[in-house]
Amino acid sequence: MIAYLDNSATTQSSIEVVEAMEQALREEYFNPSSLYAPAMRAEKAMNACRNEIRQALHTPSGQVVFTSGGTEANNLAIIGSVSAMHGPQRILVSQTEHPSVLGACEALEAAGHTVIRFPVDRQGQPVWETVEGAMREGVSLLSCMQVNNETGAMPDLARLSAMLRSLCPGALFHVDGVQGFLRVPMQASLADLYTLSGHKIHGPKGVGALWIRSGVRLKPRALGGGQEGGLRSGTENTPGIIGLGAAIRAMPGNAADVLAARKALLLGEIRSRIPDVRINGPLPEDAAPHILNLTFPGVRGEVLLHALEEAGVYVSTGSACSSKKRKLSPVLLAMGVPANDCEGALRFSLSPHTSEEEILYAAEQAGKAYELLKRFRRK
Amino acid sequence: MRKVLLVRFGEVHLKGLNRPYFLKKLVANVRRAVEPLGGRVWLSDSRIYVADAPDFDACAQRVRKVFGVHSVSPAVEMEKDLESICLAAEDMMRGKQGTFKVFGRRSDKTFPLDSMQLAAEIGGRVLESNPALKVDVHHPQHKLNVEIRDHAYLCVEEIPAVGGMPMGTGGKAMLLLSGGIDSPVAGYQIMNRGVMVQAVHFYSFPYTSERAKEKVLKLAKELGEYGNGMLVHVVPFTELQMQLHEKCPDELGTVLMRRYMMRIAERVARANGCQALITGESLGQVASQTMEALVCTDAAVNMPVFRPLIGLDKLEIIDIATAIGTYDTSILPYEDCCTVFTPRHPSTRPRIEDLEKAEALIDGERLTEEAVNGVETFRTWEMDL
Repeated sequence: MIAYLDNSATTQSSIEVVEAMEQALREEYFNPSSLYAPAMRAEKAMNACRNEIRQALHTPSGQVVFTSGGTEANNLAIIGSVSAMHGPQRILVSQTEHPSVLGACEALEAAGHTVIRFPVDRQGQPVWETVEGAMREGVSLLSCMQVNNETGAMPDLARLSAMLRSLCPGALFHVDGVQGFLRVPMQASLADLYTLSGHKIHGPKGVGALWIRSGVRLKPRALGGGQEGGLRSGTENTPGIIGLGAAIRAMPGNAADVLAARKALLLGEIRSRIPDVRINGPLPEDAAPHILNLTFPGVRGEVLLHALEEAGVYVSTGSACSSKKRKLSPVLLAMGVPANDCEGALRFSLSPHTSEEEILYAAEQAGKAYELLKRFRRK
Repeated sequence: MRKVLLVRFGEVHLKGLNRPYFLKKLVANVRRAVEPLGGRVWLSDSRIYVADAPDFDACAQRVRKVFGVHSVSPAVEMEKDLESICLAAEDMMRGKQGTFKVFGRRSDKTFPLDSMQLAAEIGGRVLESNPALKVDVHHPQHKLNVEIRDHAYLCVEEIPAVGGMPMGTGGKAMLLLSGGIDSPVAGYQIMNRGVMVQAVHFYSFPYTSERAKEKVLKLAKELGEYGNGMLVHVVPFTELQMQLHEKCPDELGTVLMRRYMMRIAERVARANGCQALITGESLGQVASQTMEALVCTDAAVNMPVFRPLIGLDKLEIIDIATAIGTYDTSILPYEDCCTVFTPRHPSTRPRIEDLEKAEALIDGERLTEEAVNGVETFRTWEMDL
């Protein structure tokens, strides 16, 4: 049996997506920029997908730019918005952002801008004094993720947004929604820029999007034919975009509830077998409903991962491990998780398609593997 | 006139009556190396020639990795006519500047000019045609070789090759390949002596991962480029490690593990017709490589253990690893994760009596047998890595 519990890494494309893409590849292969009628069909299909995204974000307005995925959308949001401003800017981000955000910030720093990275507490919530202090000195861009990819922590976006609007009027708020889109509700009214990705919601890899509030100015990164309103040149990935639209439509409306119930089941089953398991990050009910980060005391996360792999259970570890150099997860460390617990950390991530059988099987195998491996501790 | 590769061999020259045997192997190995590129190979007058290959650079790169080859020169082969030789020489030296020397060599004694006269004549012509060149017979920057054999051969460039003895003339041996920096270098050093090397790797899933195994296979493939590919025997080792950890004194853990690795390697070696083991150990590098520890590891087997890196410094080993092209793969991560099994205070002066006492605590023979039976063998030449 296979239990795939690494849905925050990527998901299997759903049947609806595969079928929509196959049809798009076979029949709707036209370049949307061409002048004949079939090409217009491709353009219409893309626009339909833009509408799906706006609906999911509860907004009738704003521009949706398709990209190659979350990384490109984050880069465009951060570098594109700051590059469109005049003179050196101050940018505020959390310490636990995804590398595609932190990498973009480093590039801005190298270009002479100032980046302030605020810490988070053990629950993954911003340390508010730092945020407020930075905002009082003025920032022009705030970037924060909707759901932390390693722990499922959900920073209070409403409070961040309100604070930014009152202390730095005119500043932009970018939300990286790669891990949250359609699994955690999102109101576009909170943000000015929102990143999403296809392959985390059973869509295809290689497609993502950036939602941009009307009136926000961005400087494009990919130059050329002027597609996507000049913000992202290059012939549109129509099969991917059609696949993304199908994925959005196929996502169940009650995804959050389904996920929360599955996660509770998984945690309960693991706890009943391994009472001393520890939760990293926020309490499960305060975290996103599909991510569970656990520490198995006394066993290296990577070793347990491979033991589970042998049983057909696929999960991930936040920290790469090697006897020469131990690299602990900066996110877990930033959230105050002790170094020892980081070493034993495993992330289980679910999807609405994860079955109860998969969860029961995974918990059973985790129990067995832990029982065996905990006997072998370094003496 | 046509392009050829002139292949010189080194140490094989030192051989006496069995020299033809070594040469035959060498020619066969060169042939095997260039065959996929369409090159034709022959031996004449104590030189190996490669001709008729569409891509001479690729051919030269392959030939320089054939053990027993001392150097490779792209050359032109032409009729033994002095005037055309001079024209070809002028052509080869066109555009060069600095100092040069012509090395003449007349094997065909019917040719009217002797070696000295030949060099003088060609040198004069080159000087006339290229005023940017000067003669320096002691430390020339460019060496123009002119050889008169069945044909005339001219070459300027000499690409150093790996040297050593032809692969297959030195028997077979089994390398303990870990995935670190040292063991591939050790394997290379012994391959260089004409030995056909196979590898054995100890795999401790889930303490090491599939990626770590891939890395070892990739290293073996890189080493195998110096021969005709490599056989890699992957041994399941987890059970033995767990037993040692559970039942034996912690401080002896590493040496006990090494002794079982050697025993298993010895059996795999014998089953594959190998006469010796090769390890990448270097005296004193880590706790299991003190002289006392090495004595104890050796005592576990009845087979010679070659340790070509025994007197080398880590930096010297890294230099060789870089030169032979295995370093970048060796330093990839995914190394073993099994610090669980690493003693905090390993014994640096283990005594054989203590080790034997510890080994009596586990069913070593059964575990060894099971590990050997579980071997999975990979052929690097069949793999895309």
